[in-house]
Amino acid sequence: MEITIKQVRESLDALYRAESHRILAALIRLLGDFDLAEDAVHDAFAAALERWPRDGVPANPRAWLVSAGRFKAIDALRRRARFDAAQGKIIEQLERAADGAADRLDERVEDDCLRLIFTCCHPALAPEGRLALTLREVCGLTTEEIARAFLMSAPTLAQRIVRAKAKIRESGIPYQVPSVEELPERLVTVLQVVYLVFNEGYSATSGALLTRADLSAEAIRLGRLLLELLPEPEVMGLLGLMLLQESRCEARTSPTGELILLEHQDRALWNREQIGEGIALVERALVSRRFGPYTLQAAIAAVHSEAAKAEATDWPQIVALYSILARVEPSPVVELNRAVAVAMRDGPEAGLGLIDAIFARGELTDYHFAHSARADLCRRLGRGVEARAAYERALALTQQEPERRFLGKRLSEVS
Amino acid sequence: MKYICLGYIEPNKFDDLPEAERNAMMDECFSYDDELRKNGQFAGGHALQGPQAAATLRWQDGKVVIADGPYAETKEQLGGILILEAQDLNHAIQIMSKHPGVKAGPFEIRPAADVGEMIRESEQRRGGVNA
Repeated sequence: MEITIKQVRESLDALYRAESHRILAALIRLLGDFDLAEDAVHDAFAAALERWPRDGVPANPRAWLVSAGRFKAIDALRRRARFDAAQGKIIEQLERAADGAADRLDERVEDDCLRLIFTCCHPALAPEGRLALTLREVCGLTTEEIARAFLMSAPTLAQRIVRAKAKIRESGIPYQVPSVEELPERLVTVLQVVYLVFNEGYSATSGALLTRADLSAEAIRLGRLLLELLPEPEVMGLLGLMLLQESRCEARTSPTGELILLEHQDRALWNREQIGEGIALVERALVSRRFGPYTLQAAIAAVHSEAAKAEATDWPQIVALYSILARVEPSPVVELNRAVAVAMRDGPEAGLGLIDAIFARGELTDYHFAHSARADLCRRLGRGVEARAAYERALALTQQEPERRFLGKRLSEVS
Repeated sequence: MKYICLGYIEPNKFDDLPEAERNAMMDECFSYDDELRKNGQFAGGHALQGPQAAATLRWQDGKVVIADGPYAETKEQLGGILILEAQDLNHAIQIMSKHPGVKAGPFEIRPAADVGEMIRESEQRRGGVNA
């Protein structure tokens, strides 16, 4: 059957979107070098565009591309070897390994993908390097796209990626999935990267091309990939948490960009499909009994999602979940959230006591949410002077524009 | 690959331990070092005397200036170095995570730098020491 260049181009585009990170992951294992593997991926796709219209699309396109990528890399090394004798030995090793059947080259591709993720998120890399490298290598975003999403110049971001890759090479970070004993701790770093990407997008503004909101979608995609490769309870928990937060995306800001708090959101705008998927994930994670902080935060988000209106929120359940979270991962921010939930369950006075106890320990005194929460409770108790002082303190501590407008409005209400 | 592990301690914290605890800690560390030797992973190392015994040399205004004490005035001081033979960074992290010394203070793990090429070039510049 005759196949047109247009058809080949379309199928290659689809392959690139769906499989390029897997092909890259396999080539990094085979070639032992990130840069060489990246070039090889592009050379392999270019070779396919030239050969497939003539020879037809191969039965296993991914294996074909991995194999072609490797031969292209060997060619590239051979060209370099004319200038550098040390390359000869590497080529020899690669060629010997290349004798194996080409269609089996990619059979460990799921492992390769995990190797890639764990290497990009290695705790020995600088945190901002992990983020940039993961978006570049695992998500396949271009340096320019990532830079734009992080509101950063492309050279600065490129520099971070170069540094991270150099560290992998120079300090001998291996291309491997951690052992069962190391997995829990190493997974923490991976989940952190995914959640950071999500949060970068969550505080979204607007923009052309790749907006910051797209980063949230990218994080959710990354979460899905991770769940497919490693169905650990906390992976379910994190994906559930992201879906539940994302489900309120439409309701979170007014058409003029004003911040709308959970209690005032139009719940008809919540995305039911994402809520359903998120809740199912939380339930799966909870029955495993091996859940952690992400699952608990997701469970709290799920309780909110299940309330048809704000007044119907199951506050005792939320307080209970925050109490467990505070035990699993003690932090003053968790305590603050628990205090707000206690205020909803038992009245503002009870919550105020808990917030003041946190301040008395000298914690969260520079955290604007703590002061705005305190202000809100004072307002509800009719303590106007105190409320005003707390709103003013909160306003002085935040630079975020929608947040400032919201606080300013509240301040004028109590003045 | 060779990794140089810099072991930091808070000098006073260690000295203030009751004798029995201090001895137990030392025994654990030395027996772990023995284990590393047995596995061929201990490529060298030394404990260091305290920072009060240190002298620091610095090139300043065209001459060497000598000062007392260590170069960095931090709470945690370099207590010893260990040269580790490991497959890669993950392997080095695994080995040093189990070293009892990590309870006394942090380890900084640095891959050894290969300066062989630099030395060869320098030898050539100096007129072929090996020629």
